[in-house]
Amino acid sequence: MANSPFTPGIAAGRLSSEALDRNFTDLHPPLDKHEALVAADRCYFCHDAPCVTACPTTIDIPLFIRQIVTGIPEAAARTILDQNILGGMCARVCPTETLCEEACVREVAEGRPVEIGRLQRFATDTMMARDSHPYGRAENTGKRVAVVGAGPAGLACAHRLAMYGHEVVVFDARPRPGGLNEYGVASYKTVDGFAQAEVEWLLGIGGIKVEQSARLSGGLDLDALIRDHDAVFLGIGLAGVNALQIEGVDLQGVDDAVEFIADLRQAEDLSNLAIGRNVVVVGGGMTAIDVAVQSKLLGAETVTIVYRRGRDRMSASSYEQDLATSKGVRIVTNARPVRVVGDGAVQEAEFEYTRDVPNGLDSTGETFRLAADQVFMAIGQKLEDGPGTLQIEGGKIKVDESGRTSLDGVWAGGDCATGGDDLTVTAVAEGRDAAEDIHKAIHAGAGTAIETPRQGIESG
Amino acid sequence: MANLACEFVGIRSPNPFWLASAPPTDKEYNVRRAFDAGWGGVVWKTLGEEGPPIVNVNGPRYGAVWGADRRLLGLNNIELITDRPLEINLQEIKTVKRDYPDRAVVVSLMVPCVEDAWKTILPLVEDTGADGIELNFGCPHGMSERGMGSAVGQVPDYIEMVTRWCKQNTRMPVIVKLTPNITDIRYPARASKAGGADAVSLINTVSSITSVNLDTYSPEPSIDGKGTHGGFCGPAVKPIALNMVAQIARDPESEGLPISGIGGVTTWRDAAEFLTLGAGNVQICTAAMTYGFKIVQEMISGLGDWMDEKGHASVDDVVGRAVPNFTDWQYLNLNYVTKARIDQDLCIGCGRCFAACEDTSHQAIAMNPERRFEVIDEECVACNLCVNVCPVEDCITMEELAPGAIDLRTGQDVVADYANWTTHPNNPGACAAE
Repeated sequence: MANSPFTPGIAAGRLSSEALDRNFTDLHPPLDKHEALVAADRCYFCHDAPCVTACPTTIDIPLFIRQIVTGIPEAAARTILDQNILGGMCARVCPTETLCEEACVREVAEGRPVEIGRLQRFATDTMMARDSHPYGRAENTGKRVAVVGAGPAGLACAHRLAMYGHEVVVFDARPRPGGLNEYGVASYKTVDGFAQAEVEWLLGIGGIKVEQSARLSGGLDLDALIRDHDAVFLGIGLAGVNALQIEGVDLQGVDDAVEFIADLRQAEDLSNLAIGRNVVVVGGGMTAIDVAVQSKLLGAETVTIVYRRGRDRMSASSYEQDLATSKGVRIVTNARPVRVVGDGAVQEAEFEYTRDVPNGLDSTGETFRLAADQVFMAIGQKLEDGPGTLQIEGGKIKVDESGRTSLDGVWAGGDCATGGDDLTVTAVAEGRDAAEDIHKAIHAGAGTAIETPRQGIESG
Repeated sequence: MANLACEFVGIRSPNPFWLASAPPTDKEYNVRRAFDAGWGGVVWKTLGEEGPPIVNVNGPRYGAVWGADRRLLGLNNIELITDRPLEINLQEIKTVKRDYPDRAVVVSLMVPCVEDAWKTILPLVEDTGADGIELNFGCPHGMSERGMGSAVGQVPDYIEMVTRWCKQNTRMPVIVKLTPNITDIRYPARASKAGGADAVSLINTVSSITSVNLDTYSPEPSIDGKGTHGGFCGPAVKPIALNMVAQIARDPESEGLPISGIGGVTTWRDAAEFLTLGAGNVQICTAAMTYGFKIVQEMISGLGDWMDEKGHASVDDVVGRAVPNFTDWQYLNLNYVTKARIDQDLCIGCGRCFAACEDTSHQAIAMNPERRFEVIDEECVACNLCVNVCPVEDCITMEELAPGAIDLRTGQDVVADYANWTTHPNNPGACAAE
């Protein structure tokens, strides 16, 4: 092996292939059947359960867990997927520690919640291993809906519309569908090509056509979409990245974290992916954690996250922060970048310490420098390609509770739209709910096409 | 230190923990391991009359009921009495008793319901030096089809007759093992006493089907696609056994009849409960079959510690202590009023008490904002269901209302005096107390 963590500069192959395989294996390995039964038995089947309230997609968690206990994981999966068609991915990437598992009464009681995320994965994996799609399409309505963006919001919207019998065309800017599931989520959370497998499985319902490499700024025209379709849903995410206007950001080795994560996800062979010896990450969100942890796993010698405020203000959960530090990432808080120093390529990053004051951040005047071969900017994404005719609020497409934008016939959801956190699960909920509203709008008087769960009571 | 040694119908053992007549006591090898592990006694697996040995099925003999994490809650078996030659069993019993003189060795017997059969086998057992015999009138499967086991135990007259034959033909103490597969356990106990039995032991297994295979539609355990009822034992049968033991213990007609308690004893605590309800010792099988013989060490230490804590010097001090408190419903104090109380600091907000009370009981728990659950005293009948479904120990308790307090459900003052159904005005047969 030519390179090691100590090889200067930015270099590929710092670790052996075996070490890389080990490092990028499943963060939360799947539960086997017995483990799932034991984990599921801890659920108290709460009345009006707090975990359900905490779930953005309102999955009936006690019910699906009871279905696991009683040996019907496929039925459990139906309970999950009825509410969240990307329940498989959400089981892997949801910050359950701040959602369902934080609300779990056993977290309250013992500091150890029911492992809802892993149980959800057990159920959905069991279902998906059957290699058949569990939902059918209603009779074709003849209505056509355009969905822009094949990320979680767009896919959830498309699937629900397909269930109702509408024809859906999904336009997506990237070479592959999936959005952040395919290009953004940390590798160790969705191993073995799960994102693509899930999209393929989802499309198994039929009636959904996906067109890749089609973006609003490059050939796609919103007016034309509106004209040619009965409704349009925008789930275009936040395609732009925020830029930091400081000295030295043009130096070689100052990189955008989002882009790096996308490259990493698409890399055929991680040993070909170059990473700095000393890596500095600027930011405090999930992207910062994901790029920092994966830099370390690729073999960087030192990785430091620098965040301008205190730990409690980081948008990455404390669980994610602990994950990063457990992998050897150092987290420096209350410091902001002032310049990047180097001669052609970055050599150091300079920061100043800050104080959080009521009207913003104040400098303490003290500065320090960190050795850096690579500096990742992870300071947030912003809306790009947002059609000018749409009303924008706080940098996002303004929508009402049903996902309706300011334009008639246009809905939006996911990270690009106002409301909710920028989470996969929230995007799924918004896409699904927009689809329900679209269905109501374009198919007035239509009966429900969704196969309701069996109730055990036959009418008549 | 409490003395665990006990004497049951004249049979001494260093502790009250005996292994019941069952697979663990079928062979010298097992019994030696049991005694080395600390068991106080064994009831040797049931011997039949001389002749071609018993034949067992060659497929599975056991079925099971599991709880979480495959914890064995109940076991069912279709094994018959010993399938080893009589002579070998007798030889082994003799050897073991000789090598472990301080341990109890009782021999379980089951031969056809004719006096000669019993007359023939009794001297053979006596020759081994065994301490006593136990008449297997309990086995509910297989042997009962041949007119033995529970087929005898279900007919009090037969129990009395066979017991008498045994008493007339041996000097050994006779323990009659009863089947729970009857309507009223007191009748077979009375018959045993009438026949001269030195003691009864109970319960034998409960007739059962543990499960059905939903692919093959065969009851489990399945023998080539067919199943038969077995005998159920283990933790799941303990409440049934406790009641039967206690019913005999408080029956004036069988007063003084020693009882060996059997049925789901798994821990020292179970054993202590049987003793307090009148058992002079306990017999154990399923717990040993689940965890091995070592469990007796926990039982010995647990029972001893508890007796020390309570100041009970000997097992006899414990036996029957709860029997006077076991009564008929009609004598329960109707002036004793309690209300459920929820400790808000312990409550974890699962809402099971609410669901149980609202859906299936008395609508006596309110679900307030912030998932705060509170008892509505006007509705609470003190049924205890909320206590039982609450996953947090001591979070919900039943609080006794002091005399003078008002029961908001009835609007009546709580009175200090004891009053029961026999004198209640709603009882058509009530007789005035005065």
